[in-house]
Amino acid sequence: MPDHLLDVRNLSVDFHTARGTVHAVRDVSWHLDRGEVLAILGESGSGKSVSASAVLDLIDCPPGEITSGEILFDGRNLLTMSADARRQINGKRIAMIFQDPLSHLNPVYTVGWQIEETMVVHGTARDAARRETVELLRKVGLPDPEGAVEKYPHQFSGGQRQRLMIAMALALKPDVLIADEPTTALDVTVQAQILALLQSLQKETGMGLLIITHDLGVVAEIAHRVVVMNEGEIVERGSAREVYHNPQHAYTKKLISAAPGQGAMSEGGQGPEPMLSMRGVTKTYGAFHAIDDLDLDLYPNETLAIVGESGSGKSTTAKLLLRLEEADAGEAHYEGRDIFKLSPKELYEMRRDIQMVFQDPTQSLNPRMSVYKIISEAWVIHPEILPKPRWRERVAELLEQVGLEAEHMYRHPHQFSGGQRQRIAIARALALEPRIIVCDEAVSALDVSIQAQVIDLLHRLKDELNLSYIFIAHDLPVVRDFADRVLVMQKGKVVEVGPVRQIFESPREDYTRNLLAASLDPDPDVQAERRAARLEAAQ
Amino acid sequence: MVERSPAPAATRTKEGPGALRTALSLLWADKLACAAVIFLVIVTLCAIFGPMFLEEITSKPNLRGRNAPPFDLSKGWMFILGGDQLGRPLLARIIVAAQNTMVVAAGAVVASMIIGSALGLIAGYSRGRAGQIIPRLADVIMSFPSLLLAVIVLYMLEPAVGNLVIVLAITRIPIYLRTTRAEVLEIRERMFVQAARVMGASTKRIVFRHILPVVLPTLTTIATLDFAFVMLAESSLSFLGIGIQPPEITWGLMVSQGRPYLTSAWWLCFWPGLAIILTTLSLNLLSNWLRVVLDPQQRWRLEMGGKKNA
Repeated sequence: MPDHLLDVRNLSVDFHTARGTVHAVRDVSWHLDRGEVLAILGESGSGKSVSASAVLDLIDCPPGEITSGEILFDGRNLLTMSADARRQINGKRIAMIFQDPLSHLNPVYTVGWQIEETMVVHGTARDAARRETVELLRKVGLPDPEGAVEKYPHQFSGGQRQRLMIAMALALKPDVLIADEPTTALDVTVQAQILALLQSLQKETGMGLLIITHDLGVVAEIAHRVVVMNEGEIVERGSAREVYHNPQHAYTKKLISAAPGQGAMSEGGQGPEPMLSMRGVTKTYGAFHAIDDLDLDLYPNETLAIVGESGSGKSTTAKLLLRLEEADAGEAHYEGRDIFKLSPKELYEMRRDIQMVFQDPTQSLNPRMSVYKIISEAWVIHPEILPKPRWRERVAELLEQVGLEAEHMYRHPHQFSGGQRQRIAIARALALEPRIIVCDEAVSALDVSIQAQVIDLLHRLKDELNLSYIFIAHDLPVVRDFADRVLVMQKGKVVEVGPVRQIFESPREDYTRNLLAASLDPDPDVQAERRAARLEAAQ
Repeated sequence: MVERSPAPAATRTKEGPGALRTALSLLWADKLACAAVIFLVIVTLCAIFGPMFLEEITSKPNLRGRNAPPFDLSKGWMFILGGDQLGRPLLARIIVAAQNTMVVAAGAVVASMIIGSALGLIAGYSRGRAGQIIPRLADVIMSFPSLLLAVIVLYMLEPAVGNLVIVLAITRIPIYLRTTRAEVLEIRERMFVQAARVMGASTKRIVFRHILPVVLPTLTTIATLDFAFVMLAESSLSFLGIGIQPPEITWGLMVSQGRPYLTSAWWLCFWPGLAIILTTLSLNLLSNWLRVVLDPQQRWRLEMGGKKNA
């Protein structure tokens, strides 16, 4: 039988928890060859990271237990190897990079020292290691590599840190590089750069690259072959093109059809008069201009998306509008009054009309309150909305409206999945019968299929209750499907604003064009075209 | 990866007439906490009724029973734990001393916890001047040796139980203040607090409904540990002659009175010391149980029927 570089055969891993045994992966087999990019695609809880963790011996036993299977690396079974022999392979021949680079870099050492250290530990002389480190940093595209070795992790941006992690992983010239959601925490433009870097490094060194991801776009961009996982089992495998264009399994079909960015774009005629208009809004933190002279109009029953990279001032805009932070200058007119100048009493009344849904529902719901208490708190604060005897009935009604069941009101937030929690957060916002809901990255923390459901829900509520949304997002395909108008921000300034069709089909500004070009399409063919176009432009 | 939402069986209706029964069954699920509660009930009963019945026996010297060894029933079962240096039965003295000990320790701990956490909440939540000044006050108290402070105050005031409570409370306030402030500073920025602000919740509501319940488990844990510290601090004040004075008795005072006899009659120190340890331990177990019960994310451990869960 032909030998693969890394071959996982019939692997099953169980986790023994207080509530019984969970079969994290069942009978999973995949292999990786030299010079190949394999993607493991799956949603949270699908067990996509487990087999990679098993390769690197990162599963804690107990509670974990490898119940069957073998992992062959160069023909030797890693699972039966001595701990010492495994250490020689881990890090040296199989390296890994993680989603969150900051937590894997030690803040008290310079990055140069940390990269050198991995080489010194494995027997390279200190000054040779230093030379090689500078070379590596150049290779991963960090500006001024000689200076960079003397800097500390906090002095780098998120994308640069991920480059550092890659440099560190490559220090020992591994045969296999495992990347666990390497770009999930990054902006789209940076994501494109990192993926391109991984790809060129992989070509150059001929290593095998394993990418674990939930994003079809990442698969389309970089993978040769893909393995789709659901609930601990492999449901489909094949080349990236084949799987996308001709999915066999029902789950894969569902996943591909749920990918955002394929629906019709809104034509949305806007009302005559904006219901909310912000003018000349400015906010500075010290010398940093978070928002600089921002103008924004929101029309009745419309969805205005605010897009931009991190640090562009999207969330600050929301905070100013909700008076969680105070603006330095400018005004925000709503129903003939300036929101920034409301007295505490007027502000309290205004709160009813403008509500917010936060990014992470796990954090935005008080873990100690039941769902009933979370939703009815709105009426404790604003007792004029609803008399107490009707609360229970209304909570049940709201829960049904957002697609949950009435009896869920006695449970606590931790008993729900992420998507359900976000529905609860939406129900809470609706309890005050608002006219405007600000969604700050409200679907970014959710899985693709859940994301589509929540977007559908928001869409339906908008028409039923005549709501307007300010939808803050970094994920452009979602915006394309959901928004009526789009406002593009960069460094606290408005770059471009217009109807969604105009922004996506004929963007006027370079920044918008770059943003659109960097976002990943789930179709490998489209992605290949874009890649070719990028290369052409670069030459 | 293995995150699963817990079984829906844990659905609970709101508190009603069955609340007490639910609490008892949750308590029964944790056998250690159950034992702790029983012990604390006994201590409390001793503290309330002990002095009424046993006052006389404990104040009567009996030279034939000086330093009588424990487990010797020839002098009656009151001497089962032995006699002290003046021949008074230790068992009766421990029971009677429970009252003073509990009043001083509980008074000081509760007072310092309430004042300390209230100031901590203000210091942590307000962005104004109070947030700056209050922690500095705590620093001043902490930088001043607490025993020295107690000596000065009690030298000027009468060393009565009330004054003792005040002095001990003041010296312990900074602990609660600092802990509360540090936690509030973090919790204040959490999303659910922001969400409450967006809904228009008043400051009072945010502090008491959203922030305090999250800080409370930490505070009760500190308070139970502090209980032992306060008892011993009180005994060192008694040793210096400015705390509770004989013929009044406390456990701490009994420990310090027994110290000269440590080599010849260990039981003089041992039994009251054991009472202090067991009380603290029980309180700690109880607070641990409370922490689990009050946290909806952990309560299932007890609802599952008390299987072994650390």
